[in-house]
Amino acid sequence: MAVYKKIESKSAPSSSLGVMHWMRENLFSSPLNVALTVLGIALILWVIPPFVKWAIIDGHFKGTTRADCVGDGACWVFIKMKLSMYMYGFYPAAERWRVNLAYVLFITVVLSFKYFKHALPKIIVTVSYFIVAYILIRGGIFGLEGVFYNKWGGLLLTIVVSVAGIAFSFPLGVLFAFGRSSDLPLIKSLSVTYIELIRSVPLITVLFMSAVILPLFLPEGVTFDKLLRAVVGLIIFESAYISEAIRGGIQSISKGQYEAADAVGLSYWQKTLLVILPQALKVAIPNLVGIFISVVQNTTLVMIIGLFDLLAMVQLTSSDSHWLGFETEGYVFVTIVFWVFCYLMSIYSDKLEKRFNTNLR
Amino acid sequence: MKSKIAKISIAALAVIGLSATVANADTLSDTIAQGYVKCGVNTGLPGFSSANQAGKWSGVDVDVCRAVAAAVLGDASKVRYTPLTAKERFTALQSGEIDILSRNTTWTETRDASLGLNFAGVNFYDGQAFMVHKSLGVKSALQLNGAAVCVQSGTTTELNLASYFASHGMKYQSVSYDTTAQVRNGYESGRCDVMTSDSSQLHALQSTLKNPAASMILPQIISKEPLGPVVRQGDDVWFNIVKWSFNAMVAAEERGITSKNVDKLKATSKDPAIKRILGVEGRLGANLHLKKDWAYNIIKQVGNYGESYYRNVGMGSPLKIKRGLNKQWKDGGLLYSPPFK
Repeated sequence: MAVYKKIESKSAPSSSLGVMHWMRENLFSSPLNVALTVLGIALILWVIPPFVKWAIIDGHFKGTTRADCVGDGACWVFIKMKLSMYMYGFYPAAERWRVNLAYVLFITVVLSFKYFKHALPKIIVTVSYFIVAYILIRGGIFGLEGVFYNKWGGLLLTIVVSVAGIAFSFPLGVLFAFGRSSDLPLIKSLSVTYIELIRSVPLITVLFMSAVILPLFLPEGVTFDKLLRAVVGLIIFESAYISEAIRGGIQSISKGQYEAADAVGLSYWQKTLLVILPQALKVAIPNLVGIFISVVQNTTLVMIIGLFDLLAMVQLTSSDSHWLGFETEGYVFVTIVFWVFCYLMSIYSDKLEKRFNTNLR
Repeated sequence: MKSKIAKISIAALAVIGLSATVANADTLSDTIAQGYVKCGVNTGLPGFSSANQAGKWSGVDVDVCRAVAAAVLGDASKVRYTPLTAKERFTALQSGEIDILSRNTTWTETRDASLGLNFAGVNFYDGQAFMVHKSLGVKSALQLNGAAVCVQSGTTTELNLASYFASHGMKYQSVSYDTTAQVRNGYESGRCDVMTSDSSQLHALQSTLKNPAASMILPQIISKEPLGPVVRQGDDVWFNIVKWSFNAMVAAEERGITSKNVDKLKATSKDPAIKRILGVEGRLGANLHLKKDWAYNIIKQVGNYGESYYRNVGMGSPLKIKRGLNKQWKDGGLLYSPPFK
């Protein structure tokens, strides 16, 4: 009788295990992949060490004057000394608590959204926040010192323009989206004309129109805030894009939803607000967030009409004759700030998507 | 529903209407009423108009705004600065968003005659120049035949460069960049032997080089760039105020009146010319519809032209630009204020 010997189980060969396996599978699976991997590593080695050396190892962090930055490293002293310009622009130092308070309130409002079940209280809270924030930052009443828009700058201006741009272009976009899906020929054609007209010009043209050409059409001596003109230009531009994103959402809703709403006897407005819009917005979230992020980045274009947003602040701060030649440090700093903000928006949208994911299919 | 929308839109229009301000042709009364001078400046040009970390504007262009504020309102700090880009500067002035444009603007025939503007003087005589590495051993722009020249593209600088080399029968190779910072980097990294820009700009850029002493600016100036403050046509009272506010700074330097000694001179000077400038005698202020001590306020608060030059672009600043053409006429420069009589 044959004796069967039990064979001990072996672990998988080292080639299909652990780090080696992962590297074989993902980095060196084919000649093309090998070449790309080598190229990638070479690129990283070529870019990262000199940057780290420049930014951190040779970087200057201590001191208060240009003389503290000797040698080749980055001069972060420059950013440190100019930080208030990057954050608030020309906003008076004694009044900056108002801006900070507006920021804190903003975060509070965004976090409090979780606790509201219905849309109406959210809208009321949001609208009252905007009124309070505007009064806080602009001042001029309730004993607050008036701070004219030309004192706003840096991150403050970027946030004001972005938030105002998003907050006003969103409802406008919703209106145009429904206008375009409407059965009424006049409303439909007006919406289509608006959307197609605005989408066929670059933002820079709209801003130039608002900054350079509009003042010439106004009666002599009548002028608007340059900031107001820029924000209105941005709103006009972005609302066209937002309306198309929302229309995509509206079209994804099956006919059954409309028919069901009609069948239970809802009016047009009830049907739109209670049935169609909530579902359409849910579908449109990824697109909308993409547009919102691009709004934040588009705000940098206001520098061409002489407003000092975060990016334009680099130019202003590095033209101080005591601090000439530190544009690179300024741009690196601004890049990091923009990245943080846009990434936060991405994370927030991800959360929203998960929360609303009640599943359509 | 519809009437609600109509109401809302009417309310919105009303809000927009309220935020619009109406100015008329009487800039002086408007300025006194609003309590500040509306001045358009550069969005950042070292020594001409720039802001420090506290958000305080300074520069030779900014000092013109401050001088007008001192003359009209008695307080040089009462200026509302509007930073402007090159493209929108004239519109801002024409539409009344600003009342003085003091933004390193070159005085040309076209601008003066066809844009509805008046140039109120020249506060800086600039011109295009060349900067070279000292190691080249070049002492004159005429020795630059065959050189590689770094230049900002799309500017008059590029055209001046071409015509200068063509008119002297010399060849050059142009290396163009988009911004002045890139031009500097190109020059520093050795992409070109020579860099060209306005003389004041070259001085500013030179101070940012790793080794400023290894470069030099050649003496030749190849273009005329008279920079000055601009006002709207059609308001001669305001035009006169801006013109003579600047002249007061120039005349004060000529007469040796400084922000330090102005109080003493006002009390003790026997010189009738100084007495007239400082408003002790005569009615020069009334001619301009201003108070008697208008020029005293300018000199006391802003300083004379020489002081402004010294602290913003001259030896008292990091730029260290020599006076050159911006000397007084009696020292061989072009600054010449008409008499205060």
